Amino acid sequence: MKYLVLLIPCVLALWVPLFNVTEPTLGGVPFFYWFQIVMIPASVLFIWVAAKIEGSDL
Amino acid sequence: MIEHLNWTATIVFVAFFVLVTVLGFVASHWKSGDLSELHEWGLGGRRFGSWITWFLLGGDLYTAYTVIAVPALVYAVGAYGFFAVPYTILIYPFVFIAMPRLWNVAHKKGYITASDFVFGRYGNKWLELAVAFTGILATMPYIALQLVGMEKVIVALGFQGEGYMAHAPLTIAFVVLALYTYKSGLRAPAMIAFVKDIMIYVFVIAAVILIPIELGGYGKVFEAAAKAYEGKQNAGLLLTQAQMVPFITLAIGSAMALFMYPHSMTGVLSASSAKAIRHNAMSLPAYSVLLALIALLGFMAHAAGVKVANPQDAVPQLFLKMFPDWFTGFCFAAIAIGALVPAAVMSIGAANTFTRNVWRPFVHPNMTPSEESFLAKLMSLIVKVGALAVILFMPTKFAIDLQLLGGVWMIQVFPAVVFGLYTRWFSGTGLLAGWVVGFVFGTYLSWGPTAWVPMSPIDGVGVFNALIAVAANIVVATAVSAVFRPASDETIRHVDFEDQMEPAKA
Repeated sequence: MKYLVLLIPCVLALWVPLFNVTEPTLGGVPFFYWFQIVMIPASVLFIWVAAKIEGSDL
Repeated sequence: MIEHLNWTATIVFVAFFVLVTVLGFVASHWKSGDLSELHEWGLGGRRFGSWITWFLLGGDLYTAYTVIAVPALVYAVGAYGFFAVPYTILIYPFVFIAMPRLWNVAHKKGYITASDFVFGRYGNKWLELAVAFTGILATMPYIALQLVGMEKVIVALGFQGEGYMAHAPLTIAFVVLALYTYKSGLRAPAMIAFVKDIMIYVFVIAAVILIPIELGGYGKVFEAAAKAYEGKQNAGLLLTQAQMVPFITLAIGSAMALFMYPHSMTGVLSASSAKAIRHNAMSLPAYSVLLALIALLGFMAHAAGVKVANPQDAVPQLFLKMFPDWFTGFCFAAIAIGALVPAAVMSIGAANTFTRNVWRPFVHPNMTPSEESFLAKLMSLIVKVGALAVILFMPTKFAIDLQLLGGVWMIQVFPAVVFGLYTRWFSGTGLLAGWVVGFVFGTYLSWGPTAWVPMSPIDGVGVFNALIAVAANIVVATAVSAVFRPASDETIRHVDFEDQMEPAKA
């Protein structure tokens, strides 16, 4: 389960056809760029969930 | 030589450089330990908590060369340069699951390097040597590239020179670095990393807010960049069909290689607990955001009308054009100091590896702790002199090519190290055979007729050589391990990978 949760951000970050588009832009920035930047904090969220599932010492 | 010097920027630059030099020497007294022992000199006594590890690893992994090279690639080709972002997204889930296990076993067994663990796991000193050799070989050009990053900003300050004099400031900076690394060990870059990282955050945040305001907003920045790529093959604001698989495989391959480098291992193993590493898996991505923003500087350079023949000059020229002199000096100092931290940690990582996994098993098995520490200090000097020599006597392209190959080589130790954290099914003989095949095959694939090539076509689609070669490595390692089974003496137990139970609090 925790491995699955950790896999999600990796798959999203590599799923190029999903984000290789210009629209919708955000403040003039094409989707390609802001989506990937947003994925960084999102990946942290997935790691945090995995840590909770694992019950590891944080 | 100095008639074109930008004096305001240079004075700010030199002031920060002096500050970190003082810190580098003072650091020997910080969290003081007996520096004549290798784990004290070379791992800071494993006493770095979550915060220090955050600054140290951040300063260590996101190097000066990255700050120059990533926006340079974006400046040159656009979207493809953004591979650095998925690359850094892949790293931390991996760090979160694998590195606490490595830390735990290293802590229990006194391991200082990846090769220490590999020997402890498989009892094969030739495999240990292969892992050590790969690490040292891949690290040398990486240190040299830090010098390239530093020289870019020194030249941008207006320093000009003929012949060897051209490299005088760089040589001075590097000698100073070598001296305080020798004296203080890992404590020096750890302390300097605080200054470096804060400076980089300041300049990047200032750059991504102020420069677009002056240029009329991000919309204008991307419009201008789109114009600059018009008519160019394989360049643009989006990936072309042919760039997608290279983009994906480059991200995966680079991510697999990164934490195999000795300097990454040194940063991880110097943490004070597995918990500190888990914290960092969640906090280090802050630097990835920074890196993504730095990548955008490549577009801003187009919008600001920066025209350079060598894309690596784009960012320094952008700063000179957009910022007041004193702030340009600050930014350049941040980049130069950003070269010192990784250069120091890399030389320490390589020195630890040489001492522990080359000299001790093959030359002098009964070294005392103080002999170990002395040899590592000496090696850290030799490694730095070697890197400096590469810059002084060889074309820069040589270092860049070697660093590209470095990733192809470094990934070949991934099976031995990472599989070993989970299973003992593979045998030392099998992994060694896999390493040989992966190393030779990867080098062969990268050998182009005129220059090194990072990608090879599979079914007409470009794939990163590192991934192809490591796949071959794994196939061979599996096949040979099935025939040559590991000896049954188990020195590492399952529980060694788990967190140690804290004594119950009263």
